[in-house]
Amino acid sequence: MKATPAIGPPLWLLAELTYRCPLHCVFCYNPVDFAQQQDELDTEDWLRVLRQGREMGAVQLGLSGGEPLVRDDLEVIVAEAHRLGYYTNLLTSGVGLTEARAAALKAAGLDHVQLSFQDSTREMNDFLSHTKTFALKNQVAKIIKGQGWPMVMNVVIHRLNIDHIDRIIGMADEFGAEYIELANTQYYSWAYLNRDQLLPTREQLKRAEQVTDAWRAKLGERMRIFFVAPDYHEGVPKKCVNGWGSMFLTVAPDGTALPCHTAKMLPGLRFPNVRDQGLREIWFESEGFNRYRGTGWMKEPCVSCEMKEVDLGGCRCQAYLIANDPAAADPVCVKSPHRALVEGAVARAETAVAQKVTEHPLVFRDPANSRRLATPTP
Amino acid sequence: MTALTTASQPRIGAGFRLQWEPVQNCHVLLYPEGMVKLNGSAGEIMKRCDGARDVAAIVADLEQAFAMQGLEGDVLAFVEMAAKQRWLAWE
Repeated sequence: MKATPAIGPPLWLLAELTYRCPLHCVFCYNPVDFAQQQDELDTEDWLRVLRQGREMGAVQLGLSGGEPLVRDDLEVIVAEAHRLGYYTNLLTSGVGLTEARAAALKAAGLDHVQLSFQDSTREMNDFLSHTKTFALKNQVAKIIKGQGWPMVMNVVIHRLNIDHIDRIIGMADEFGAEYIELANTQYYSWAYLNRDQLLPTREQLKRAEQVTDAWRAKLGERMRIFFVAPDYHEGVPKKCVNGWGSMFLTVAPDGTALPCHTAKMLPGLRFPNVRDQGLREIWFESEGFNRYRGTGWMKEPCVSCEMKEVDLGGCRCQAYLIANDPAAADPVCVKSPHRALVEGAVARAETAVAQKVTEHPLVFRDPANSRRLATPTP
Repeated sequence: MTALTTASQPRIGAGFRLQWEPVQNCHVLLYPEGMVKLNGSAGEIMKRCDGARDVAAIVADLEQAFAMQGLEGDVLAFVEMAAKQRWLAWE
């Protein structure tokens, strides 16, 4: 008899309101073919999704994208979410967050703004030289604090900015941030395309962690610093989205419901759309959400692994991207037969840095590149 | 924030929100991208922390509601712990 653990509610609902974005970050996790998905859900669709999610017990709502501020119905969506009892989180680059917009969002009940540094090489000099980007972030940070929101900053870390971590934390402190998340890039979508240029070396990581620890000691309770270590180097798979279909539910701009924001890349799986089905049916009954729930889908080395309940085999997208098999063990795991491919990528990073070579140009996340990448090469 | 006494008037910390969740059958504390599930007694204490009542009044109310005595030590210990987590604050 096979034990089927009870399926809990989707506590975390991530609403990816749009793939439109003024930025072109080279580490973006949006699908590389985003430019082909232009049919966005309308306001009524989103309000229905929010109501259905809340009825099922969702409590956290992430409003993300793309840049969610490009949706002019964001205030309407926030107001309904607040009325329903969600804790509402806006994940933004800050581009478009004017004083007036911030006040309107506050009045609608927005609980929290997470301000990210988009940092890419086009803006790198600007960012590091404290010019335009610094001015914008500084202004947005003041607006956020002025509305009484907690100041939470997020910086995606990679080889090109990891050596400036001291400066980044210092700037967050100047802005009066209460939290800063230094999140090492996760290699999916655009970040995967650019992996050879973005993976940091072990030495860089070690230095970054030392600098982070020194700031922690200096700042104490004033600012909490989260350093998210990269799984490529650590060799320990993450319990991705806390387990497939266990608490996260993402709705993509076109209404596709996903167990995580990159799962759409997986082959041989159909994911339902909120235009056709209710969230309850999607969450409990759809093939897409049931496929990798729990441990029943596993093969070796996961099946007999004593860690299988702890990491649930790691990330399915990473297994597909690296091992070309979404049911394989996450290749970052030291027990994975594909671990050598991950080691190889890290080794290439070491060599590239040692020899100061850039073999390929970075691929910026923009509609032209997206259309090119979505066209199958003959 | 001053040292905790029975005259302190605790309120929910900035950025946190306390609410009852029927699906989870408990009080939860929500904060940026996170949630704490509270056990029964934590929920009963926190829902009385409205920034107006002082700890003495909260203790008296709990003792009456649950027909118990001598809760002051437990309540003070919880409030102290909750303040360290920034769940509660007072003047």
